[in-house]
Amino acid sequence: MTTTESFYDTPSPAGLTGIRAWLLTHDHKRLGLMYMWAILFWFVIAMLCGLLLRTELMSQGRTIMGPELYNSLFTLHGVIMVFLFVIPAVPAIFGNFFLPIQLGTDDVFFPRLNLFSWYLFMFGGLLALISLFSGEGFPDTGWTFYVPFSVEVNTNVSLTVMAAFILGMSSMLTGLNFITTFHRMRDKKMGLMQIPLFTWSLYATAWVQILATPVISITLVLVVVERLFSVGLFDPDKGGDPILYQHLFWMYSHPAVYIMILPGMGVISEIIPVFSRKSIFGYKAIVWSSMGIAVAGSLVWAHHMYTSGMSDVSVFFFSLLTFLVAIPSAVKVFSWIATMYKGSIEMTPPLLLALIFIYLFSIGGLTGLVLGAVGPDIHVHDTHFVVAHFHFVMFGGTGFAFFAALHFWWPKMFGIMYDFKKAYIGSVLTAIGFLFHYVPMLILGMQGMPRRYYDYLPKYETGNFLAGFGAYLLCIGILIMFVNLLMSFRQRVPASSNPWGGTTLEWTVPSPPPVHNFVEKPQIMEFPYDFSEIAAQVKGNKR
Amino acid sequence: MEPQENNHILSYTKLALILGVLLVLTGITVAVSYLDLGFFNVPLALAIACTKVTFVLLFFMHLKYEGPIINLSFVGTISFLFIMIGFTFWDVAFR
Repeated sequence: MTTTESFYDTPSPAGLTGIRAWLLTHDHKRLGLMYMWAILFWFVIAMLCGLLLRTELMSQGRTIMGPELYNSLFTLHGVIMVFLFVIPAVPAIFGNFFLPIQLGTDDVFFPRLNLFSWYLFMFGGLLALISLFSGEGFPDTGWTFYVPFSVEVNTNVSLTVMAAFILGMSSMLTGLNFITTFHRMRDKKMGLMQIPLFTWSLYATAWVQILATPVISITLVLVVVERLFSVGLFDPDKGGDPILYQHLFWMYSHPAVYIMILPGMGVISEIIPVFSRKSIFGYKAIVWSSMGIAVAGSLVWAHHMYTSGMSDVSVFFFSLLTFLVAIPSAVKVFSWIATMYKGSIEMTPPLLLALIFIYLFSIGGLTGLVLGAVGPDIHVHDTHFVVAHFHFVMFGGTGFAFFAALHFWWPKMFGIMYDFKKAYIGSVLTAIGFLFHYVPMLILGMQGMPRRYYDYLPKYETGNFLAGFGAYLLCIGILIMFVNLLMSFRQRVPASSNPWGGTTLEWTVPSPPPVHNFVEKPQIMEFPYDFSEIAAQVKGNKR
Repeated sequence: MEPQENNHILSYTKLALILGVLLVLTGITVAVSYLDLGFFNVPLALAIACTKVTFVLLFFMHLKYEGPIINLSFVGTISFLFIMIGFTFWDVAFR
């Protein structure tokens, strides 16, 4: 057997050594890993913020912090989780690493721009950090920066929104790179209906990134303009409209939910067929549902504004559109379940995490329908129900898809395998902790407990205590998962090039891949999820 | 992979012609600003502006010579912008 030098041993551009080989790299795989470590750092910080918040709420009155710090902490938790973890996690790490390989090419279309995006991401994160310790301290506005509060408050809003602005630029450039690579760099023999579903999901996401992100960038600049010059864009006394801010904010921030979840759905579409040893059910339906979610998801932003004073006609219209988004999402869930039906299922940590995703995401989606309907939404608006729904979708959905992707592609990225037993324990504990954490919050919301409140009535104490208990379980589960993955660097159990029996192109290259990805010209299959050969091999091995 | 579009270089004559058209349309914009057409003041000004934009997009930005992917991307982007502005105005109109 011939050995091929991996991308770790081959700097790109050639000649760079040591830390410079990383900091000046054009290699999409190195950049994917650089994103990974940065994003994991932010995830841990934001998770600890969340844990402190829930600890504070475990009992009535002051527990570990005062109300000002509590307000800043939930803003910090939201800003970091949204802009520095959930949005970039799957596209920036796994998209960068695997999109070119799945398309049969050696890099993204603009490798230098890719490096620049990473620097923008780091610079945005750094600015967010600086805003913590400078001026009047971190904002207490919540991650939504709603006016008029964000315009009038003395805390460091301007610097924080500039950090979000820069992070938005990074996100747009990554999207631009993916779209261009998709059209211009993929293997000549690969037709549109031969592209793996993960790459399709990144393509749909990239369009939302490019079209919606400029809106939030402009809106955040307007907030700074208002703070500096008091133009009155959102001030009715000066002819402005306060609801306009909400329109502009949600024009991005609702599609951003789909920027967060679509790549996660792409991950699940890769994992389910591999461990069912069966071709994905409804390939074209999944492709079209990804594009459908990208389009329909961009038209429903005002369902966040039913109680804002918006016109009744708009409330009716946006409610109707919101229900339409459920259709493509359901198409995906049905396709995943149908793929497993009569499949030859092999349980592994990535599959377990994917199944947890389907369960939690479905609850998130269905509770979303409660909020999409105007009547119930008015009852639970701005309560813990919304917080729980959002986390079911974003954490139960994207978070678990991220964990699943880590466990699925870890052997490919590092060429080593992790301990399955510890991965199972971590996954199950995380899922149980998750349910303990968020189900009480759904109930608290139905009972009327508002979100973002520092203190509460005695009747909410049991629910808040349970939620806090769940938060600790959740964090322990995640800790076990991460430690297990990190321990694999010490144990160094080598992984083969195709440890799971996958059929997409990344499983045809060595683990970890060489710098130009392919040792031989990639063989493009008629259909990317044809498991007939893999199934025959498995049968042969069993004999 | 989609076929690569050929590079298209416009002749100076054509570019000058388009510039001329744009300058004439600018002149018309200034001229009609002195006329009071009542309700049609704004629609007419917008129509002239749209015509100018179309010329810039088609010739200066080469949209006329691009393949379907670029054209579709452009139409999609404009539609998205139109919907965002339209829906927001719609809310204000019915408040």
